[in-house]
Amino acid sequence: MAKVRGAIVVDIEKCKGCGVCVVACPASVIELSPNVNSKGYHYAEPVNHDACTGCTNCAVVCPDGVISVYRIKN
Amino acid sequence: MADNISIEEIIKPENLVYAKTGVMTDNITSYCPGCGHGTTHRIIAEIIEEMGIQSETIGVAPVGCSVLMYNFMDIDIQQAAHGRAPAVATAIKRLLPEKFVFTYQGDGDLAAIGTAETIHACNRGENILIVFINNGIYGMTGGQMAPTTLEGMKSSTSPYGRDVAMMGNPLKMTDIVATLPGTYYVTRQSVHKPGNVRKSKKAIRKALEYQKLNKGTCFIEIVSNCPSGWKMEPVESNEWMEKNMFPFYPLGDLKVPAE
Ligand code: SF4
Ligand code: SF4
Repeated sequence: MAKVRGAIVVDIEKCKGCGVCVVACPASVIELSPNVNSKGYHYAEPVNHDACTGCTNCAVVCPDGVISVYRIKN
Repeated sequence: MADNISIEEIIKPENLVYAKTGVMTDNITSYCPGCGHGTTHRIIAEIIEEMGIQSETIGVAPVGCSVLMYNFMDIDIQQAAHGRAPAVATAIKRLLPEKFVFTYQGDGDLAAIGTAETIHACNRGENILIVFINNGIYGMTGGQMAPTTLEGMKSSTSPYGRDVAMMGNPLKMTDIVATLPGTYYVTRQSVHKPGNVRKSKKAIRKALEYQKLNKGTCFIEIVSNCPSGWKMEPVESNEWMEKNMFPFYPLGDLKVPAE
């Protein structure tokens, strides 16, 4: 059965930890990290990466445009 | 078997489906975390890329948080005196009619000091796009009450909430310009959720396509948030906006072309 799988890459240094992507993800893939970047922001990271479908919702809504999305069908 | 594909195998250039457009610069924006300005900039830049008009587009920046727009978008941008963006855009478009010209203004700029320029540009039907970010507050200067601040809404100059008996009613600029014969397409959108971002993007694209056909003024309000000025977490500010801003500034088209 063909299944769509996705993955995201967050530009951690440019993420401002706003959390808008976290609530936009229908698959609850993203959380804010307990760690911070050099600006002190708790950056976004995919913690449930296997659930990602590559729908691009997180990237579309990110005010700082720091998420890239990849998708494959297998 | 197929399910065992690793994340590393997915993250390959040929599988890329979304990345920041090159029409945005690599500079980190000066906007607060979660602010809709960044999202709106990005979708404008994406449309410019998709339409292939990077060298043919001229933006006019306001005074306010987005005064530094030229640092974030890799297109020609003229920064205008406070509120005067539609007048400056008028001149640019009349001198260079083949260019795509848009203004980008907040409510402090467009709905207060720039009310006259806005209304008259729309009434003349200048062939420009006006993008109006309405977050009901003066963000850059410290969260003061704006003409668009909701009744009862707290700001640094209305700490007990806007009292309309003393401070007047919030101004619906978009409704006003929709009544003017010069406007061709007037809509109110938001960028706080993926579906809304996609709708806003479609609206901006439509407006630029109408501009190509010399249809008159297109006016797009983006109801947005100001997490810092509203003193809320970004996600909380978006929820507050849905609950409080949208009933007064309802999303949707106010004026659409007849055909
Ligand atoms: S929406 Fe963008 S800036 Fe905000 S937390 Fe997510 S990745 Fe970071
Ligand atoms: S691409 Fe879609 S499923 Fe994947 S993390 Fe982003 S919002 Fe979630």
